[in-house]
Amino acid sequence: MKYVDEFRSGELARALASELAEAMPPGRELALMEVCGGHTHAIYKHGLDELLPPGLELVHGPGCPVCVIPVGRVDDAVALALEPNVIFTTFGDMMRVPGSKGSLLDARSRGADVRMVYSPLDALELARANSQREVIFFAIGFETTAPSTAVTLLQARAQGIGNFSVFCNHVTIGPPLKAILDAPELRLDGLIAPGHVSAVTGSRVYDFIAAEYGRPVVVAGFEPLDILQSVLMLVRQLAQGRAEVENQYTRVVREQGNPRALEAIEQTMELRDSFEWRGLGSIPRSGLRLREEFSEWDAERRYAVPGVSVPDHKVCQCGQVLRGLVKPWECKVFGNACTPESPIGTCMVSSEGACAAYYHYGRNRPKRLSR
Amino acid sequence: MCLGIPAQLVEIVDPKAKTAKAEIGGVRRIVSCALLEGEAQVGEWVLVHVGFALDRIDEEQAAETLQLFSDMGEAYERELAEIRKSAEGAA
Amino acid sequence: MSERRSKAAAGRRRKPRLLNERITLVHGAGGKATRNLVEALFLGELGNPLLAPLSDSALLEAGGAKLAFTTDAHVVQPLFFPGGDIGSLAVNGTVNDIAVSGARPLVLSAAFVLEEGLPISDLRRVVASMAEAAREAGVVVAAGDTKVVERGRGDGLTVTTAAIGLVDERVSLGAEKVRPGDKVIVSGTLGDHGMAVMIARGNLELEVEIASDSASIYPLAESLFTLGEDLRWLRDPTRGGLATTLNELTEASGLCVVLDEKALPVREQVAAACEILGLDPLYVANEGKLIAIVAADRAEQALATLRAHPLGAEAQIVGEVEPEPKGLVLLQTAFGGSRVVDMLAGDPLPRIC
Ligand code: SF4
Repeated sequence: MKYVDEFRSGELARALASELAEAMPPGRELALMEVCGGHTHAIYKHGLDELLPPGLELVHGPGCPVCVIPVGRVDDAVALALEPNVIFTTFGDMMRVPGSKGSLLDARSRGADVRMVYSPLDALELARANSQREVIFFAIGFETTAPSTAVTLLQARAQGIGNFSVFCNHVTIGPPLKAILDAPELRLDGLIAPGHVSAVTGSRVYDFIAAEYGRPVVVAGFEPLDILQSVLMLVRQLAQGRAEVENQYTRVVREQGNPRALEAIEQTMELRDSFEWRGLGSIPRSGLRLREEFSEWDAERRYAVPGVSVPDHKVCQCGQVLRGLVKPWECKVFGNACTPESPIGTCMVSSEGACAAYYHYGRNRPKRLSR
Repeated sequence: MCLGIPAQLVEIVDPKAKTAKAEIGGVRRIVSCALLEGEAQVGEWVLVHVGFALDRIDEEQAAETLQLFSDMGEAYERELAEIRKSAEGAA
Repeated sequence: MSERRSKAAAGRRRKPRLLNERITLVHGAGGKATRNLVEALFLGELGNPLLAPLSDSALLEAGGAKLAFTTDAHVVQPLFFPGGDIGSLAVNGTVNDIAVSGARPLVLSAAFVLEEGLPISDLRRVVASMAEAAREAGVVVAAGDTKVVERGRGDGLTVTTAAIGLVDERVSLGAEKVRPGDKVIVSGTLGDHGMAVMIARGNLELEVEIASDSASIYPLAESLFTLGEDLRWLRDPTRGGLATTLNELTEASGLCVVLDEKALPVREQVAAACEILGLDPLYVANEGKLIAIVAADRAEQALATLRAHPLGAEAQIVGEVEPEPKGLVLLQTAFGGSRVVDMLAGDPLPRIC
């Protein structure tokens, strides 16, 4: 596969790893956050963490759009799915995420018509094909996914499809990063920024991190060589005492992002005053909702959603895990009460969550396998 | 987050609706090109996310990144070879 | 390091619990939830020495003959898919459970639950394909039953089969026979069946030619029986894929399997579809493949034997059994790292992120 296989070469990985070991500032411990769950997944899938030099640690950040949806919003989704005559459509990853009264899969076992779609356009198509039914699309995701929902809404309006609506849970990348950086006991030296979000937003949304927090940022692609190179770029910045926003993923990300995508979001959505995040609490101006002109297609306006905020579980330490203060396996319930089949906290929810990644791929590999 | 797959546009399906067929590894799917600047062209490589071409992939930039990797790889090989040589010399 | 390790391992090995109030689709996915359901509920109520090993077939003696006995229920949407249909799948799936128990399949039974409104022509197609699959597998359908349920209550058509096989005296297979150093062989490409069916459902709107690998693997299994004692363990990696099946082995044997990612045979289209959907071919179902654990010094011979058969042309040695770390399946990645390959937890649902 072009643009995939070349970026997975094991030989080049060894070269990069040795370069990286040389670049490490002697005697320093560095903690870098990979913001994005896609990076977390790739790091574990390819066993990339084993190629990192001693003294360098990767902390998994809040960038998994599935994990960050709070319990209350899942409950709302379940309530919508159980409305009469509704076909509730969702990406596969959201199916298993637990609310306080079970997941969408559980709702399905109670009779709800929940269907998996690959694209919001598939949900719109379903509405067109089932004009007697009401189709709701469970929109989640950062700026990467929001434009797709936006275009779908614009098409729904242009084509006058009235039996379609969107339950909007889109979020933005800047505010949660700020929330993490503002935490009192922060121990992060630099950030690996999500490449696909940045394809839409452009790399400039991270400028404040370099400018105000003095932390270097590198926008990274998703293949393992991309990630390794980004780590190298960050380490070099740190060794040289720089804090800049650099772009490793130049084949996709431009400084100004994708203006058409940003415009589509702007046309259809606006910032909420505040949005609740699993593990991080309420963060001002971090979530998107549909604009007034699109109220006809807004599930939150068309149906009575409970809208009750449900606090995260008491024992859950996800907040600290997300800030890099606690390792997943240090959480009391990790692996016993909290497992991927019955997760307690957000980090165990999708395969991209930090705790689930530890659980599945295990950082507990025997040393003998490392080279 | 946000699985994005590089795919090549192999057919323009409906220029008005801005849809095209994208292919990767023998798998095809109709994607929306509504987020691309200008007209989509057959042969272009794009990044596909949830059924949308999110943006074009810049072939030149990709080649540059790869070149950087292989330069590093060569330097590493040279170094390894030197280490081996000096080890042999010592023995 | 030992703390996190033992904690993760303890988590993996804890007692089966059934927390759900209702059955969800995950209980049928063949991963941990299925295991929990079977162990907590079925074994609890029905447990007996024949059922307890939860292997593909029960091995029993009757009138001096050593028999393998198994049953299998088949639900698949759509009923017809590239490379097969519910009829051939039912025959092959059941026959394969017998074959990997080290036995030759003899007879089958088939019970049909038909939904009101099912076109007779569809039923005829399914049954004809069953007949052909049975002929190819060298078995007869010796008993059957038919029931009809009201429209909307039957998924078109479901088939439940059972089979009896005669245990081959040359081999005795089991997780306890596996030794460190043994090699892991798969008979061909991974994930073809699961991906073919997922795509044939049509809701993903993917166009690709991937055919199910549904086939009787008895000839392959039989060709390995000549290895005698050196053939340790056989399985067909159906639901939950290679990963789940090998986890069952490491759990039962207390050993470790180390896979080599570079050696895993996966068709380009299946690999690409997996990339698109965020799935891992290690977890996608197969219906015509076997995994064999073979003594190291016979592995090349076994590989050659498999490759001599058209069904095994793409066979590969994909890994090795090691003593430590106990109970885990590990993968050496092509990238130069390694990772734990866990059992499937839930259905392999396509991801967007
Ligand atoms: S183990 Fe579970 S509860 Fe603990 S931090 Fe991780 S996700 Fe949260």
